[in-house]
Amino acid sequence: MDVISTDVAIIGAGGAGLRAAIAVAETDPTLGIWLISKVYPMRSHTVAAEGGAAGVIKDNDSLDYHFHDTVSGGDWLCDQDAVELFVNAAPLELMQLEHWGCPWSREASGKVAVRPFGGMKIERTWFAADQSGFHILHTLFQTSLKYPSIRRLDEYYATDLLVEDGRCIGLTAIEMRSGRVVALQARAVIIATGGSGRVFPFTTNGAIKTGDGMAMAYRAGVALKDMEFVQYHPTGLPGTGILITEGSRGEGGLLINKDGYRYLQDYNLGPPDPWPRLKAMELGPRDRLSQAFWHEQRKGRTAKTPYGDVVFLDIRHLGEKKINERLPMVRELAQSYADVDPVHEPIPVRPVVHYTMGGIHTDVNAATSVPGLFAAGECACVSINGANRLGSNSLTELLVFGECAGRGAATFAKTNSGAGSAAAGAAAQAFEQRIRALFTRAGASETVSGLRKEMHDTIEEGAGIYRSHASLQETCRKLAELRRRYANVQLQDRSNVFNTDLIAVLELGAMLEVAEAIAHSAACRKESRGSHQRLDYPERDDANYLKHSLATYRGAEPPEVSYCDVVITRSKPAERVYGGAAA
Amino acid sequence: MSEEVTLEILRYRPETESEPRFQTYRVPYHEDWVVLDALNYVKDHLDATLSYRWSCHMAICGSCGMMINGEAKLACHAFLRDYRNAVIRIEPLDHFPIERDLVIVMDSFMEKLSSVKPYLIPKEQKPVRDGEYVQTPLQLMAFKQYTLCINCLLCYAACPQTALNEGFAGPAALALAHRYNLDSRDNGKEQRAEVVASDEGIWECTFVGACSEVCPKHVDPAAAIQQTKISASLDWFKARLMPGARR
Repeated sequence: MDVISTDVAIIGAGGAGLRAAIAVAETDPTLGIWLISKVYPMRSHTVAAEGGAAGVIKDNDSLDYHFHDTVSGGDWLCDQDAVELFVNAAPLELMQLEHWGCPWSREASGKVAVRPFGGMKIERTWFAADQSGFHILHTLFQTSLKYPSIRRLDEYYATDLLVEDGRCIGLTAIEMRSGRVVALQARAVIIATGGSGRVFPFTTNGAIKTGDGMAMAYRAGVALKDMEFVQYHPTGLPGTGILITEGSRGEGGLLINKDGYRYLQDYNLGPPDPWPRLKAMELGPRDRLSQAFWHEQRKGRTAKTPYGDVVFLDIRHLGEKKINERLPMVRELAQSYADVDPVHEPIPVRPVVHYTMGGIHTDVNAATSVPGLFAAGECACVSINGANRLGSNSLTELLVFGECAGRGAATFAKTNSGAGSAAAGAAAQAFEQRIRALFTRAGASETVSGLRKEMHDTIEEGAGIYRSHASLQETCRKLAELRRRYANVQLQDRSNVFNTDLIAVLELGAMLEVAEAIAHSAACRKESRGSHQRLDYPERDDANYLKHSLATYRGAEPPEVSYCDVVITRSKPAERVYGGAAA
Repeated sequence: MSEEVTLEILRYRPETESEPRFQTYRVPYHEDWVVLDALNYVKDHLDATLSYRWSCHMAICGSCGMMINGEAKLACHAFLRDYRNAVIRIEPLDHFPIERDLVIVMDSFMEKLSSVKPYLIPKEQKPVRDGEYVQTPLQLMAFKQYTLCINCLLCYAACPQTALNEGFAGPAALALAHRYNLDSRDNGKEQRAEVVASDEGIWECTFVGACSEVCPKHVDPAAAIQQTKISASLDWFKARLMPGARR
């Protein structure tokens, strides 16, 4: 067992992990940093974000507007102190990226341009054409190369946190190139591993989004918060689930059903103005738009395709020039993967799992309940997204709270000495034995792909856009069964070098744990709020459920679900209003 | 019986095999499948021991570069329909050591990328609170194309020089250096010239242009390298013919 020691270990080298690493390096360049990721940093899924990042910068906008849009967009399940901090820090973080070279799209004057996004009262989304996440990720990665203290362990798969006397003192990981197991001892650890969209069968998320970091924290005793809130993005390509950015609606794209009718006007989102009215119609929030699709489908007004029913996103009226300038990737993706040129034809789209609002429970400083452990980005739930995230808040979130986590971890590492290594060594040995047992297990009958398929089927069936007691009970039962059967999964590949079968086995374990947290949290929440819609409890119930759910790990047993209060400072829960009435 | 396609995939497991060999798999044909879908079918249904890198399935993460019938391609952007009625031969990217199966060792690229100082080096640090560096759409356009590189390494597999000279910084790294050199906010050209204009830099390029042909993002690294050559030559002349005139 190799042991590596450092001051701060960061798991995940996407937007949040890189931003955290830079923050540690800038807080104190003498602190040692290891940035660990199962992929090279530029492969991280931040790369796939398209539309942009929200931050108040224009004179017609205000921090108050951003605050209220976010809180009402989240159906009042946001912690308002966190949102306050977030909207205040957002403009500076985005400006910092500009200073690091991010190629933000510009106005003619040379100032940074902004575009409208769903659920936002004022246009405030900074964008780099329709590859904003790509540019943010590459800017952060390239900038990180400036800092000698940021060292990387690329293609190391982190498996478990090491906790001693209630404090996080490091982690175990597998070097994928060699199969070597290492223990990484650290004074502070940050988890920045992104979301868990791959728990679902139809998702915009890349193959790597398997919730590893969430599961690691969960097993280490940190609660997963608000896991029942899973965002469906209304516009994914059928079949592949490839994201077609909300930016295309921000630029004026229209959603029509099979009859060419702008159906959103039937769901309290009208009037159907020919121009993009903010917070209305196509610029309504994602939960409402995805739910409207479900109803359209019930009414038989969606079109059939071999990959399920679709509606259409029409951007033809923007014209070729604007499409090429503002939405070049959307055009390319639609041409390649849907055989449609959006300059000439509408794009077939359907709702697709996109974002995990819930995640590792943290406070406003990105700290978890385990001292020395921090989390930021999509894997975390600092509660700025509540029951429904507004588009373009998440890229900003990973910057604001990535920075926060980095600063917090640096301070923690400076003020706390290294912990003893006895327990770390023992835990790491146990881990190594667990891996070896997988290699030598004989006659096991379950396959990774078989179990994964059954997980996909049951989570989609039970915990999709609309849920009910019966559907969730069945999904909970099935997931318990799958977790039992997982103990009998067969590793086919017994080699050490770049064993992706081994990684898939470990990822499946994480996904099953995360799936169980989602299903049980959803079963317990007997109301409809934001992205969590119950057919049997169609109304929001503030009296009983204006609370965050907390799923706590209980080994082989299903999680215990408890609740904690939502922080409400200056926005009292009210009705969410979109459409003409929101003006 | 429904249509199938035949994949011939290079297999290499260094712990047990002294050299690579090809293994054949038959997978269902789907009009809209890409080669990556076929590989995933193999992984899930035929042979879980096959290793390859992938993630986004939308040609932006750059993980799944490989040789497909001899051409450097992204597996997620190579459609089965373009290989209909042919055997599809899949190999790891040329000009890199094979780590295992379709996975290459890319350490050399990561070092090259880092060596060109691919980050903004401004003339003077302006406080973030003072707002953005003004940059007109025209100034942005001057370098935007060169920001689009996804580091998929197809250009290294296509470039004849990377095969001949291991140390050659290569198309993607040089294009990225050019991207920062052209950025109106940057003043780091001289610092980058140590690598860019060295023996391992632009002068190694013989302008075959294969890099630009295979680039899935139309970055055109060949143009970046030619422009850098011209600019470096001008700087060289300026420095020698007009002492003191160098910027």
